[in-house]
Amino acid sequence: MSGAIATNPRSRLSDFFYRHSGLLTFALLLPPLLWIGIVYLGSLFALLLQSFYSLDEFSGLIVHEFTLSTYEQLFTPTNLTIILRTAVMAAAVTLASAILAFPIAYYAARYARGGWKALFYLAVMMPLWSSYLVKVYAWKLILAKEGIVTWVAGKIHLGWLLDALLAMPVIGGSSLSFSYIGTFIVFVYIWLPYMILPTQAALERVPKNFIEASADLGASPRQTFRTVILPLAMPGVIAGSIFTFSLTLGDYIIPQIVGNSRPFIGTTVYALQGTAGDIPLAAAFTVVPVVIMGIYLMIARRMGAFDAL
Amino acid sequence: MPPAVSFQHVSRHFGHVKAVDDVSLDIFEGEFFAMLGPSGSGKTTCLRLIAGFEQPTSGHIEIFGETAEGLPPYRRNVNTVFQDYALFPHMTVGENVAYGLMIKGVARAEREAKALETLAMVKLKGFDQRRPSQLSGGQRQRVALARALVNQPKVLLLDEPLGALDLKLREQMQEELKALQKELGITFVLVTHDQGEALSMANRVAIFNEGKIVQAGPPADVYEHPRSRFVADFVGSSNVLPPEFAAAHGGTHAWTSLRPEKVRLVRAGEALPAGQFGVSGRVASALYQGAITRIAVELNSTRIIAAIPTGMTTIQEGETVALAWDACNLVAMEAA
Ligand SMILES: Nc1ncnc2c1ncn2[C@@H]1O[C@H](COP(=O)(O)OP(=O)(O)OP(=O)(O)O)[C@@H](O)[C@H]1O
Ligand SMILES: [Mg+2]
Repeated sequence: MSGAIATNPRSRLSDFFYRHSGLLTFALLLPPLLWIGIVYLGSLFALLLQSFYSLDEFSGLIVHEFTLSTYEQLFTPTNLTIILRTAVMAAAVTLASAILAFPIAYYAARYARGGWKALFYLAVMMPLWSSYLVKVYAWKLILAKEGIVTWVAGKIHLGWLLDALLAMPVIGGSSLSFSYIGTFIVFVYIWLPYMILPTQAALERVPKNFIEASADLGASPRQTFRTVILPLAMPGVIAGSIFTFSLTLGDYIIPQIVGNSRPFIGTTVYALQGTAGDIPLAAAFTVVPVVIMGIYLMIARRMGAFDAL
Repeated sequence: MPPAVSFQHVSRHFGHVKAVDDVSLDIFEGEFFAMLGPSGSGKTTCLRLIAGFEQPTSGHIEIFGETAEGLPPYRRNVNTVFQDYALFPHMTVGENVAYGLMIKGVARAEREAKALETLAMVKLKGFDQRRPSQLSGGQRQRVALARALVNQPKVLLLDEPLGALDLKLREQMQEELKALQKELGITFVLVTHDQGEALSMANRVAIFNEGKIVQAGPPADVYEHPRSRFVADFVGSSNVLPPEFAAAHGGTHAWTSLRPEKVRLVRAGEALPAGQFGVSGRVASALYQGAITRIAVELNSTRIIAAIPTGMTTIQEGETVALAWDACNLVAMEAA
């Protein structure tokens, strides 16, 4: 009925919000904005602030005076090595994840139908349902010297290959679970779903029509892949790589459990804020991944990774 | 000279759906050919068979005398304007148009020049730096056209290219397309379910129904001499007269088509000249349609629709009127 004014308070409220839709948006956004504003940005700001303080070496107390000396400490050879080690690991993990994820995502997006698609989601998501710690410890057992990988390699007469791999300088070690290779494998396993899902979502949104149009204009499947599918999937791959890259940069558990115990940024921060009590340096260290991610995204943008957005 | 496109008993079945069913057809070089039919009649599938997106279940397709089966789309000198245009969103308009040339390996400067030239041809000068998302529907349609034409295809396939445009723009684009086709001399194959579009643009139309071509020929021929009730009804509107009625009113004992505009109003007391036949009855409805008024006259065995030029008389519903037609306008049809 036109012109009737609702008397029921609930419909009156709906009417009010309908007429003042800006207010509704505001009311809906207020809680998340408060959360992001206070809890998230606030803690980030507090962290930044800490990184500009320094630790008095004799008393072990924090000097609350603005200084860049803590950041200077990042540039000592030891700390630079830690940063470099973490960044290289994160880059390797991201690259490997992207290479492994793409065919899976491509298949799921373009060919899998019905039951196969359900199976795909199940297979990708299921590892996310179980505890992260359990999975990492499971991998430690799998990769151990007495573990299944060594055993299988022996059975199929590929033990020599494993030995050769472990004999490689730097990335090798006494066993897979005590080497960079092991750390790398576990990182890739743990973060792979975060690469597959956004890549698959991006590929899913490439209409079949574009692929037909490209073929119609003379492009072979390879050319279509390079000039149409890949550019359109790129934002998804970049989104995935933001996950895998930043998650690897910040992780402090996997390198402690699987690997040769050399410090990564995460484990260093963990040690600095715990036993060492050097909060300012720990804070400065956590700023490093933020800066690296910033640079990474800038390069990605320059290279046109977001053109399809 | 072999035909541009030749279908020989071509079928394309999807499971038990016969999308295209035993179609034989020749489209000649330089022709503007239209495929007309209701939704689901197999027009798009036919076009996709020519483009190479579909392979026939049985039958044989030739493009300029060469066997087309097994030839992928990118090896056919045929380009398509897609119904929803399918412009690449990550490229500018200029890059979209130059895409086919880039794939062929044409040097950057040359392909950019060609793209600009083609954009000018479709009246889109100065739009090359825009993204497809920054264009209107009609402009996108032109970009899609330019993107296909820049490759100088021998056959251009258009799948309801004007479907998304408003009436005014559609009529304008129809004229432009027709002019372009004359100028370039490329074979155009147009799919549409708009009979006006097919009749006004094409040299020849094929009427599709349930995967089969039910009639093909020049527009005037198909319009004037529908061979079946389906064609009579689908192409324009028509009075379909039962055999007994037709035989008694100047025709033969067959289902007969009589176009509403061939029916005229008889003045009171007028004697019908030889060769004309008439009926009289009550006007069940009179619809004013601008230039004409469409009246439906109820008879006991059938009803006759007549399109009367507006302004001749004012006809009221419920009035009794006399109608007449020339016997030569009665078209006997093969199938009921
Ligand atoms: N890939 C497919 N799988 C199964 N059935 C299909 C497929 N493509 C088309 N069909 C069926 O084939 C028939 C003809 O389809 P087609 O797209 O050729 O019709 P159309 O004449 O272009 O119709 P419209 O005017 O609605 O576009 C339809 O019944 C359709 O459902
Ligand atoms: Mg169609």
